[in-house]
Parts: sequence; C-alpha cells; structure tokens
Amino acid sequence: MNFARRTLIGIPYIWLLLLFLVPFGIIFKISLSDYAVSIPPYTPTLDLAQGWAGLRDFLSQLDFENYIWLSEDDLYWKAYLSSVKIACISTLLTLLVGFPVAYGMAKSAPEWRPMLMMLIILPFWTSFLIRVYAWIGILSNEGFLNQFLLWTGVISDPLQIMNTSTAVYIGIVYTYLPFMILPIYATLERLDGSLLEAAIDLGCSRTKAFWLVTVPLSRAGVIAGCFLVFIPALGEIVIPSLLGGSGTLMIGKVLWEEFFSNRDWPVASAVAIILLLLLVVPIMLFQRNQEKAQEAEG
Amino acid sequence: MAKSVLLWAATAGMLAGVATADEVRVYNWSDYIDEDLLAQFEEETGYDLIYDVFDSNELLETRMLAGRSGYDVVVPTGTFLQRQIEAGAFQQLDMSLLSNAENLWDVIEARTAQYDPGNAYSINYMWGTTGIGVNVPRVREILGDDAPIDSLELVFNPDNMAQLAECGVYFLDAPAEMIPAALTYLGEDPDSHDPDVIEMAAPVFAGVRDYVQNFHSSEYINALANGDICVAFGWSGDILQARDRAAEADNGVEIAYHAPVEGALMWFDQMAIPVDAPNPEGAHAFLNFIMEAENMAAASNYVYYANGNLASQPLLNEDVIGDTAIYPDEATLENLYTTTPYPARVQRVVTRLWTRVKSGT
Repeated sequence: MNFARRTLIGIPYIWLLLLFLVPFGIIFKISLSDYAVSIPPYTPTLDLAQGWAGLRDFLSQLDFENYIWLSEDDLYWKAYLSSVKIACISTLLTLLVGFPVAYGMAKSAPEWRPMLMMLIILPFWTSFLIRVYAWIGILSNEGFLNQFLLWTGVISDPLQIMNTSTAVYIGIVYTYLPFMILPIYATLERLDGSLLEAAIDLGCSRTKAFWLVTVPLSRAGVIAGCFLVFIPALGEIVIPSLLGGSGTLMIGKVLWEEFFSNRDWPVASAVAIILLLLLVVPIMLFQRNQEKAQEAEG
Repeated sequence: MAKSVLLWAATAGMLAGVATADEVRVYNWSDYIDEDLLAQFEEETGYDLIYDVFDSNELLETRMLAGRSGYDVVVPTGTFLQRQIEAGAFQQLDMSLLSNAENLWDVIEARTAQYDPGNAYSINYMWGTTGIGVNVPRVREILGDDAPIDSLELVFNPDNMAQLAECGVYFLDAPAEMIPAALTYLGEDPDSHDPDVIEMAAPVFAGVRDYVQNFHSSEYINALANGDICVAFGWSGDILQARDRAAEADNGVEIAYHAPVEGALMWFDQMAIPVDAPNPEGAHAFLNFIMEAENMAAASNYVYYANGNLASQPLLNEDVIGDTAIYPDEATLENLYTTTPYPARVQRVVTRLWTRVKSGT
C-alpha cells in the first residue's frame, strides 16, 4: 500500500481515536477510581514522574466498585428505563407529527418547497436554550397557553403543565421535530410518483396505495428520523431540567446530579459509560440499516 | 509538575477563556449584589469585571475541585469552604492588600473561624438563615388563620403539604441544608454525622416530596413573587427579595419569611481566592472594595442579607438592620444552629439520600 492510500484510510481512524476512544479512555479510567476531597476529586491520579512503579501502583488501585454500586442501587436502573420510555414515546410522537408535515411538503408544488424547507430550518437561527426557555413562558401557570384557555373558558383553573413529564414531551417533540421531518421529506420527495399511479391503475384505493407503496418506500427516512430523535432524547438533560419537575427521572439528569451536585466523578463516569453502551446498540442498528439502504441503492 | 496528562486534558476544556491581567472574574450567588456596585468597582479600579453567578454550593465545589476554574473570587458557604480549604483549593489572603479588613465585625469573624481558622483564607460577605417563605393570604386561605407559617410543621407535615400542593411548594436543592432541617423537625441533632441518624430524614421527605413541585435553589424568588407558588423553603434574603418584588409589582401577593421556631440553620457565605486565580491582585482589590462600609451597606440594603461588616451598620436601611429576620435579636439567635462539613464517606450517604428524595425512588 502506498503512503497516500494509508493516509486516506488513516484519517478516519485518527478521527475516531481522538474524538471517541481517547475521551472514552479518560472517562473509563475515572470510573474505576474512588471519590476523594481533593483536586481533582478522585483518587488515584496517575503520577508519571514515578515511572513504572507509579503506573503499577496506579493500576492496582483501580477497581470496578462503582459499577457494583450502580447495579445495587435501583435508582439508576429506574432512570435508564424511564429515559428509554420517555425517548421512545417522544420519538413516536415526533413521528406522528413529523410524517404528515414531511408528506405535505413533498406533495406541495415544487416552487413552494424551498420556502417550506426554510420554515423548518428557521427556528435553528435562535439558540436552542432560548427556545426551551420560551416554552416556560408558554406552559407555566401564568403562561400564554393557560391564559388563552382561561380566556376562552375551556378551563376554569390553570393546567399544571410546567414541571411535569408532559412539558418534557412537548419540549423534546418541538426541539427534535426537524430531525424527523428532514430525512422523511428527503425519501418522500424522491419517491417515484408513477408507482402510485400504477397502484391506483391496478385497483388500489388512494388510502391503500399510501399504505402499500408510500409508507414502505419511506421506511429508510422514517428509521433515520427515529434514530436522530431517539439517540439525543435518551441522554437529554437541558429539556428535563428546565421543563420537567422533580418527578421526571432521566439518566441525563442523574448524570448531571452525580457530577455537579454529588461531586462524585467516579460514579458519574460509570453512569456515562453504561449510557454509552446502551446507545451503542441502536447506533449499530442504525449503521446496519444505512449500509443496507446503500447496498439497495447501489 | 502536572500530576497527570489526563487531568490536563479533562480540565483544559473548563477554562472559559484566556484571562488577562486587567480582568477580575467573580463567581457569586445569583441575586446576591446590587449591580450598580459592579460598575462602580470597574470605575474605581480600572479592572474589567466579569461577574458570573451560580445557585448551588455543590456546583461551585465541582468547579473548584476540577481546578483551573478561571475565577479570581468565589463565594462558598462556610461548611463547603472548610472542605475546599482542606482540598487545597484556596490561597491565603494577603492582608497588606486588604486595608478595609478593619471594618469587619469580630462577632461574625469568631463564628466563621470555625470553618476557616484565623480567617486566613476568606472574608465574610453575607450571612443568613434558611427558613420558610410563605404567601401569607394564600396559605391562610388554605390552612386557616392558625396556619403554622413559622414552623417546620408547615413543610414537613404531610397533612399540611397535601393541602398546600395545589398552590405550589418549592424546596431548596441543597442537601446540606434540607437534611439538617428534617432532622431538626424530628428533634435530632441537625449536625449529626451518623449515617443512621441521617437516614432518618428520608421518611420525612418521602412523606411530603409528592407535594413539592420542584427542588430548586434560585427560581423560587420569582415564583413566590409572581404568586406561582405559595410556600418556599429557602434562604432568608432571597425570600425577602421576593417580598419586595411582589410589593413593587402590587399583584396582591404578600410574602413573609420566618426562621422556623424549632431551629434554623445559620450560614456564612465567604469570599475566597482560588489557589490558581489568574489575577490574585485584582481579586484582593475586589475584596477590599466589597469591605468598604458604603459598598457593603449598599449590597445588604439591596439583597436583604446581614453582612459581617461592623462599619457598614450605621449605613443600613432601617428595614434591614431593624428586621430580626435579618439581624436576629438575642432570642432569635438562640434558635439558630450551625453545621460542620460531612466527611467523605458520610457525604456519599447524604448525596445518595438526596438523589432518592428528589427522584422519588
């Protein structure tokens, strides 16, 4: 193999090494150490000045105690499960809202499409944090939504939405909706219209043609959209801390608590490692799906 | 010698930016200063002041123990300060740069020496108590005219809390203050370091946590003032600020603060200089500026907390120096207790218990 080829192949691996394996190694190492009141707040730390003896000493002090601790404390399992549940439900909700929007966009007149696309992307011009804060203004007891509903007389007492899981679902669906719409739109736009005509010519009703032709052919986009929503939603921290109440249990929040409130870096690192392992499964499924799609196209 | 390459890699990212010699970076509690003072400091000293805020001692400690926080002045509470001094997070003050130190109040200095022997590392900024803020008319409407608004019964008795839940209750997200309060309610020693005693706080919280809308250490000022909630277990001055904001807004909300009759935590927020502060000279200048009697009085008049500055007392407004909720009289003072830091092993019991309380598991 010549040098240029090696470099070409090497670059992605260096990328992977620097941006994934090295941080992973650091976190993994901290997860094996013990909590201490010192700078940094864990022990042991590697002292390279002592050479091999220092390294051996360092390695002998590492253990899996924090992982045993995690497995014994059901708080973490509940948090992982609750995050998976919240991520699944919000992915489903995002799909239910996103698919019709993407479908409508794909069916609209071609000259309208760039404009509609712009409208989907436009919210990104505002900081994510500010948009989530805006929801506090909408959902709180004195917020726009409650004032509007009180004004119309639909309700007589303000609805408690802020600080509940409902607010978290609203926040996640709102934030990640574009990630669902865009891949679905991309597949629907490329959909060959003559296939639908053929289905109808062969006696399909419009509804049946939609289910038999459009939906299966948009599968790749739906799956991509679902992963793009599910994966970040699983580890979400900002939305549950701003909109959710004390009852919203999510692993991202538990991780934050471990790190910033409990100052227990070793346990926080162990939680992060397990979260990562949990995410590897859907990411690998996603990867396989992408490869299949590429093969099908090729 | 850098202890570890890994450590360097982990902490380098935490530096907010490259500090310069004419910048002073201060990390203080939210809603804790008259902001006019910040502009005044820049004008008098010529330093650029970068002023960031936090709302939890735990968060501050995380940043201190990570090292290289980039801040020149930080404001931990006494118990946390003591532990961070032990961890080597602070540098000794250079008294030759602090000419205004003579303004300090020996009564408070004697108390803060418990955390910082000889007051070698810190000066007192403000002190106060942790207690109960209520929207008086709303709570009386719900619990009747004899509502125990000055008692821990209000927030730890599930019967009261079940009725108060609909109008909203916030608790501080501060285990080192909430657990002592629950132990006081049970008649136990609030400063207990015995894990078995500390565990006794768990059922107290379990009985009421479903009625607590949120555990948060800064949002309750606005929530109380706007009438979104009617009870907050929080810090004295914060609740008094809420009282003022409500009065200004003239929205029918009437807030009162009480240190619980069963006993209340007295705490001291101390200004200290991190050991790796980029600009220690500027940090001392800031401390000296704060210890100026007029400046300290302006800060206290604004935030409704007592300070450790004797010379500032003649300059305080009557609704600050004359209020026993801020400057307690002898009788109130007897009801106040202080705490000491938890050892590392006990700390884990405390944080674990608190995570469970908040998540309801």
